Amino acid sequence: MSVTPETAPAPRGGTGGGPLLAVENLRVGFATEDGRLQAVDGVNFTLEPGEVLAIVGESGSGKSVTAQTIIGLTRSPNAHIEGSVRLNGDELTSQSEKELQKVRGSQIAMIFQDPMTSMNPVYTVGKQIVEAIRAHDGGVKKRDAHARAAELLGAVGIPDPERRVDDYPHEFSGGMRQRAMIAMGLALEPSVLIADEPTTALDVTIQAQILHLIQDLNRSRGLATILITHDLGVVAEVADRVLVMYGGKVVEQGTLDDIFYDPQHPYTWGLLGSLTRLDQPRPHRLPQISGAPPSLLSLPTGCSFRPRCPHEFSKCAQVPGLDAHLPEDPNHRDRCWLGPEQKRKLREVEPNRIGLEEPA
Amino acid sequence: MSDIGTTGSTGGPLLEVTDLVKHFPIKSGLLVDRTVDNVRAVDGVSFTVNNGETLGLVGESGSGKSTTCRVVLQLLKPTSGSVKFEGQEIAGKSRRELRPLRREMQMIFQDPYASLNPRKRIGQIVGDQLKIQKVASGKELRTRVEGLLERVGLSPEHYNRFPHEFSGGQRQRIGIARALALGPKLVFCDEPVSALDVSIQAQIVNLLDDLQDEMGLTYVFVAHDIGVVRHISDRIAVMNQGKIVETGDADQVCEHPRDAYTKKLLAAVPIPDPRESRARRERTTAG
Repeated sequence: MSVTPETAPAPRGGTGGGPLLAVENLRVGFATEDGRLQAVDGVNFTLEPGEVLAIVGESGSGKSVTAQTIIGLTRSPNAHIEGSVRLNGDELTSQSEKELQKVRGSQIAMIFQDPMTSMNPVYTVGKQIVEAIRAHDGGVKKRDAHARAAELLGAVGIPDPERRVDDYPHEFSGGMRQRAMIAMGLALEPSVLIADEPTTALDVTIQAQILHLIQDLNRSRGLATILITHDLGVVAEVADRVLVMYGGKVVEQGTLDDIFYDPQHPYTWGLLGSLTRLDQPRPHRLPQISGAPPSLLSLPTGCSFRPRCPHEFSKCAQVPGLDAHLPEDPNHRDRCWLGPEQKRKLREVEPNRIGLEEPA
Repeated sequence: MSDIGTTGSTGGPLLEVTDLVKHFPIKSGLLVDRTVDNVRAVDGVSFTVNNGETLGLVGESGSGKSTTCRVVLQLLKPTSGSVKFEGQEIAGKSRRELRPLRREMQMIFQDPYASLNPRKRIGQIVGDQLKIQKVASGKELRTRVEGLLERVGLSPEHYNRFPHEFSGGQRQRIGIARALALGPKLVFCDEPVSALDVSIQAQIVNLLDDLQDEMGLTYVFVAHDIGVVRHISDRIAVMNQGKIVETGDADQVCEHPRDAYTKKLLAAVPIPDPRESRARRERTTAG
């Protein structure tokens, strides 16, 4: 359909060669009792050092499966993975489990939504970090690894790290556990951090702290980050570029400002419109997207958003490609048949308010 | 500590909560349990809810907002304090005495997966209390339940289905139908949208809005998402560590917060506007 979009703006401190991480035409399908489920259907993106890429979508959009597939977590007998994932030019999809284990942690780290269940409750936090360090380099002395663990906890903002390193996970609060997970992720100085809904389980005040931490690390260490979230507020706070996923496909991609101020896909309009914003007067009624996200087992033919889209027309029976429609902005791409002029008119439901509504 | 008795045009408040306290004892000791301390989950909370309005209750996890709901509904026995519904004291009443009150006060829960019995059919889930309260039975019961399902945006054909056949948003609609079955006056909504997808959240918020208009309902809407609370509420009460720290008109509290905690809470909410959030970040790093 489309070739690898060179979406990256001028790389900030790149390695000189290709992108740090390149995902090309990634397809992940699972054989289930009810038939084949295409969780990810042709996803392309690149990631540069120091960049935060947000993948936005609802449950079942394929955002988490995309991220997990990058580090080979979706490999299973019933999974069918196609396409390519290259880290510094090395193909990861064809690597053996053993080779991948060396990549995980040392080059790509991942943190998850629930910091309670991603730690082992019977080992101290420090011991778990030490284990991660020594698993990749057996030559490191236990005492050195322990000191390094305390240093890392300090770096992610845990107070009194020399003492807290010997605490068990249950002695940490939710926010501290997520910080400890990030510390563990950073232990081997990876170049890529994948954060899957890292703040969804946290309170807003803690969420703000964790987001600022990720941003700091991203700036100070040039850590490239893939942030998976359903929350556009979080995206606006930290992302540089955004992929919007729906039904296993990327339906729109662009820079942060493209997505928020010049969104091209009706689904993106709907997401933006349905936000309850504290910085604007409240609307009488919350604009809503009708219907529900599609089941991946029975995706609608043509554009997957068609059944929920009030602007559907005859052409939508065919699957639109992920193409650039704005001549001045070749990196802003979307899957919609409407023309740029029509979009500009249809998305403005009220002056200066973007949303998804039946045209009057 | 904070009293908010704005008596509406409809007369006295529907619900009046005064100095409500709920302490959970922390026990210790080898042979004999001694109470060594208390968790002050709800620590002297007072508020009123007027007929037909929505009171939003916001706070972070552990602030005591859910416990407050449960204590007001007498699902947990209060340690002390008074809860008056339509002027009548209900704190400390026995289960039997409370039974008629269950028709008037209902609750919608956060997790649409955990709050529906997986072995019961939808018709039973929604209709059981009509049976228990001897409101309807037989054919009439079925007609009423089917009517309720339609009202919350489901189809009457869903009567014989099981919860697992429904999506999260549809399950929440079932929970709403169950809460409305007895025609209550007051409904406690405990984080009713926080487990749902973004595009479904707006649908459920709008449904609650419509039902309020149609049925003249009064809501106590509990959530940690201040944006949603502000959208649906007339007044907001902010809770922190078991106490209400600020109450007032929804827009007033969000735009001109007075309490330091409210300010901190509002400042942490991400703004879905990159320019605005960049500007705010510069302000905070500069200040």
